[in-house]
Amino acid sequence: MTGTEKKDDTLLVSHPPHIRSGESVPKIMWSVVIALTPAAAYSVYLFGHRAALLIGTAVVSAVVAEAAMRLLLRRQVTVLDGSAVITGLLLGMNVPPGAPWWTVAIGSFFAIIIVKQLFGGLGFNIFNPALAARAFLMASWPVHMTTSWHNFSETNVLSPAASNPGFPVAVYDSLTGATPLALLKAGPKILADHGIDPVRINDIAFSPDMFLSLFIGNRGGCVGETSVLLLLAGAVFLLARKVITWHVPVSFIGVAAALAAAHAALTGNPAPHLVALFHVLSGGLVLGAFFMATDMVTSPVSRKGMLLFGAGCGLIAFVIRTWGGYPEGVSYSILIMNAFVPLIDRYMKPKVFGASKRRRGAGA
Amino acid sequence: MFSRFGGGIHPPEHKSITEELKFVNLPIPHTCYIPLQQHVGAPAKLAVKAGDIVSEGQLIGRADGMISANVHSSIPGKVADIAVVPTVYGPQQSVIVEAEGTFSSSAMPHETRDWTALAREELLDRIREAGIVGLGGAAFPSAVKLSPPPGKRIDTLVVNGAECEPYLTVDDMLMKTFPDAVIEGTRILMRALGAANAVIGIESNKGAAIVSLKKSIAAPGIPDGIRVKKLATRYPQGAEKQLIYSLLRRRVPSGGLPMDVGVVVHNVGTVHAVREAVLYNRPLYTRYITVSGNAIERPGNYKVRIGMKIADIVEECGGFREPPVRIVMGGPMCGQSVHSLDVPVVKGTSGLLFLAGKGVAAREYSPCIRCGACVSVCPAGLLPCDLGNAVEKGRIDLAEDLNPFDCIMCGSCSYVCPAHRPLSHFIKLAQQKIRAARK
Repeated sequence: MTGTEKKDDTLLVSHPPHIRSGESVPKIMWSVVIALTPAAAYSVYLFGHRAALLIGTAVVSAVVAEAAMRLLLRRQVTVLDGSAVITGLLLGMNVPPGAPWWTVAIGSFFAIIIVKQLFGGLGFNIFNPALAARAFLMASWPVHMTTSWHNFSETNVLSPAASNPGFPVAVYDSLTGATPLALLKAGPKILADHGIDPVRINDIAFSPDMFLSLFIGNRGGCVGETSVLLLLAGAVFLLARKVITWHVPVSFIGVAAALAAAHAALTGNPAPHLVALFHVLSGGLVLGAFFMATDMVTSPVSRKGMLLFGAGCGLIAFVIRTWGGYPEGVSYSILIMNAFVPLIDRYMKPKVFGASKRRRGAGA
Repeated sequence: MFSRFGGGIHPPEHKSITEELKFVNLPIPHTCYIPLQQHVGAPAKLAVKAGDIVSEGQLIGRADGMISANVHSSIPGKVADIAVVPTVYGPQQSVIVEAEGTFSSSAMPHETRDWTALAREELLDRIREAGIVGLGGAAFPSAVKLSPPPGKRIDTLVVNGAECEPYLTVDDMLMKTFPDAVIEGTRILMRALGAANAVIGIESNKGAAIVSLKKSIAAPGIPDGIRVKKLATRYPQGAEKQLIYSLLRRRVPSGGLPMDVGVVVHNVGTVHAVREAVLYNRPLYTRYITVSGNAIERPGNYKVRIGMKIADIVEECGGFREPPVRIVMGGPMCGQSVHSLDVPVVKGTSGLLFLAGKGVAAREYSPCIRCGACVSVCPAGLLPCDLGNAVEKGRIDLAEDLNPFDCIMCGSCSYVCPAHRPLSHFIKLAQQKIRAARK
């Protein structure tokens, strides 16, 4: 379909406009791939060949699934548009480095076949395919998905820079045996159980070394979520390329940080701003806010809607991180908000130029 | 920075091709094909028959009804035929005039008149007689626009010098070449409307035009009340509602007209033609156009006779540099592509673009990826993506709830769509189908 007919054999006749911006779907998708590349490459440096194996398996599986499904459905094969590569890349970056390679292969198949193509392919899926697949893997192989962390030293999966601020060895080991977010969530209880003031969790969590490790990405966590620095570099590229706008990430991170700070203040933590900073830098918040919540297909179309969507993600992520069963809530928060997108789009329409207030209120 | 509206785009301007090129009169064509309908409203009624000898500027089609416009012969000669010819508005009955005789037998007296002594009605008569329509492209009969219904008070005339379409430089050149005439035309229109104020809006990329007009306004004898305002260079700055909002911060209500907020908008080309009509009794049978694009040998700003075929213009402009892929009448955003070189220039033809290369090739479109680019550029505050999806699914009921009649057809949504969806066309289809269903 082109909507264009050729007459006189040489002249193109079509409806206006007769010029187009150079933007295209493949250019947008490959830009996202490029933006994710630094953080993905760094994960191989940090976690070794396991990261490469997981990312590679996920990408190849996603591309194969996409091509196979399009052939089966007798639709145009669209793997070159890059969207399946993004799905594979994001899934590979969102599993623990020690997860078996076949989990991501199954995840990619699930993402592409069930979540994307059976809903109609690119543009029609309701949920972010990579995140839906991650949720599927969490439900199916919870042990692989929540314990296969990378060990930097004997017991420390947290960060090579995490040093013992004078805790007994047993306490230190149990504190550093999990991801940064788990430290924040379970740490105070561990300390209390050993008769140590829970607020002393700040000693290990909020040292300058720890923050630097979190920012650079010298820490444990899912394959591609660790380096805030490189993720932000990719995000800046996407913002400059106008592939994403600031609305979703800023409201997402802003609300999550604000709630974390408020909660810390209310529960008597003397450094609520550091708690907020720790929340932002650890876990998958930066990866999720800039690269997954901004997925065009599964986020609102209006700026107002994007702000609301981001705020909802921030709220849910905070709630799960603080009171939920998992230390991390970013991917579930985005998935839940994905489901609200049609509703948000319906009520967050831009104001029609010159329309009276009454008409707008009537949903017109 | 400068006055602007919400949404919009900034496509590559391509104005440097012609913006410094002074007006050149193109030679008189041997044959003119003059459609009886070159305006919004009813076609003019034929006033000549085949074999008649007509003079330059002689009436050949008489306005028929309230909304219509007179049509005049562009050249002296013989009416060779009355026939249906292809035009930018589809096949139209047209008067075909072959040049003959002399140009001195003109139907128009050339003495200048003192318009300041004329009553409002007399001014409107002159404008109506001259067959003047909006020269920016819409071709709405100007006299109708100047006669608001009783009860609508017009306090401000807005003169549209935005020229936000890429490639086009004809208004820019007009303002730079004839600034005094534009100001005089503005004063005539202010008098015809009884408006005390006039604002001339010009995009910031036309600095020389702004300077020229400001100089003309500062001249002795020019009354207060006329202002020149610099606008952001942003498409569609020249769209009526957006222009009024940028200049006056007044919002034309949805479904309303500029006169609902006390404003009438006229294009600078129209203003110039009004002055010629009032001062010299000169009907509208010539106009200025920009000929541009990468496929034409000698682009420029030209004065042409209405009814001149594209093929004749191409010949006078040195032929093609390369075979054009598209020929567009008007600007590249809003203009119409034509299928034949036999299509004549009409009153509403502001430009003639000969485009070649990959950028204008036909593109396949794919499903919406919901990026929201169309939503953020839509100056009307619509959801072009949803409208397009509704139309594609044949759900006109859904489309109707998405305010398709607020669309100003600027095409910004289609321009930015990464899936290359013809969004503004979908909206037009929605409008047509809803109108058909209401009948």
